[in-house]
Amino acid sequence: MKRSIIDVPDLTTEELDQLMDTAEDIIARPDDYADACRRKKLATLFFEPSTRTRLSFEAAMYELGGNVLSVTGAGTSSAAKGESVADTAKTVSCYADIIAMRHPKEGAALVAARSASVPVINAGDGGHCHPTQTLADLLTIRREKGRLGSLTVGLCGDLKFGRTVHSLINALSRYEGLRFVLISPEELKVPSYVKNDALKKRGIPYQQTTDLEQVIGDLDILYMTRVQRERFFNEEDYLRLRDSYILTPEKLKKARQDLCVMHPLPRVNEISVAVDEDPRACYFKQVLNGKYMRMALILMLLEAKGGKQA
Amino acid sequence: MNVDSIRDGIVIDHIAAGNGMKLYRLLGLENLEAPVAMITKAVSAKRGRKDIIKIDAEIPVNFDVIGYVDPGATVNIIREGELIEKKRIGMPEKLTNVLFCKNPRCITSCEQEIDHIFRLADREKKEYRCIWCETKAAEL
Repeated sequence: MKRSIIDVPDLTTEELDQLMDTAEDIIARPDDYADACRRKKLATLFFEPSTRTRLSFEAAMYELGGNVLSVTGAGTSSAAKGESVADTAKTVSCYADIIAMRHPKEGAALVAARSASVPVINAGDGGHCHPTQTLADLLTIRREKGRLGSLTVGLCGDLKFGRTVHSLINALSRYEGLRFVLISPEELKVPSYVKNDALKKRGIPYQQTTDLEQVIGDLDILYMTRVQRERFFNEEDYLRLRDSYILTPEKLKKARQDLCVMHPLPRVNEISVAVDEDPRACYFKQVLNGKYMRMALILMLLEAKGGKQA
Repeated sequence: MNVDSIRDGIVIDHIAAGNGMKLYRLLGLENLEAPVAMITKAVSAKRGRKDIIKIDAEIPVNFDVIGYVDPGATVNIIREGELIEKKRIGMPEKLTNVLFCKNPRCITSCEQEIDHIFRLADREKKEYRCIWCETKAAEL
């Protein structure tokens, strides 16, 4: 039966763990997966600028032995002629076995999934959801810390519009012993519905602060985010909030030696380039882990097998 | 005050005082050719004051709208002057094209053909959210 992934709650905790296990197996035995999706086609429909997510999906499919059909930018597709998302999804279903879609409007991936006859993976719908980034984040945390529970996780920057943050809070809140520290300017705090649904209802402790330096020493994970220009209607607000938090080697002196610094990328200036040399910087590992998790997800949705399962 | 009883139609009763006009508007009753009586602030043993709407016509009524505006309202179906059915509505799980998403980033803001669907997210708070973008429904 066709199945789509629009948001992290579409996956059970067992499935999340299974995807991470598959990703680990791919990392250990890539050759065993080289033909897992032979003769299958992934359509990447990207109606909003993206470099890493689209390339990550395409690299994932190629490494599984499949092929890729690609649309980038609304201006070069039928969307420019006024075609609806639903019609695009129905049409592309005739050509591809699976669709990865990014769209600037929230809910677009769900509309596509309801119309497509093949699985749809949400590769980001506006400021709403970005589940495969969360999969990358989970694998990174598990690989770096050896566990997903019993951690103090700091989330810093734009926690209001940052879709990766909302997804990550939802996903991590399933594991035991988590504590969240939410670091943001007043205007960019985590929306109340995220706090209510993911944290308050489950009794997960959290702290809200505007001061990164005050709490950095408490953290196992520091997840930095970019203040995104495209989420603001008002340029003045964007410019005022853009430089709220900049992680520097000086600030990191107060952090634990085993801190894991993460970022969904791209960064603008919120992590100083000098931090890249610090062994605690994990954001480029996150990029690579994203490709492995996308491979695992494509395998799952196409019910394809590789490695030990083949 | 006397309002004639109806022969074939619907009586929406036990509407909380003040909600009657909201229901009247949302049900599109102003466009109806048939007689409609709108009684506000009637004395009620249960609710103190209540609104009542009497529609003297057999028309399809969107029960979801009634349940959303006032889950405590009752709908009485009248045929040949007799009460043949009494319905308690309650809060609907889903509302289609009753509420409209105000989020300018929602896919419904640019694609006119997509239904505006809201799901009941929190029964206690009477909170509905857009199924496409999760935005909370604005108060009517």
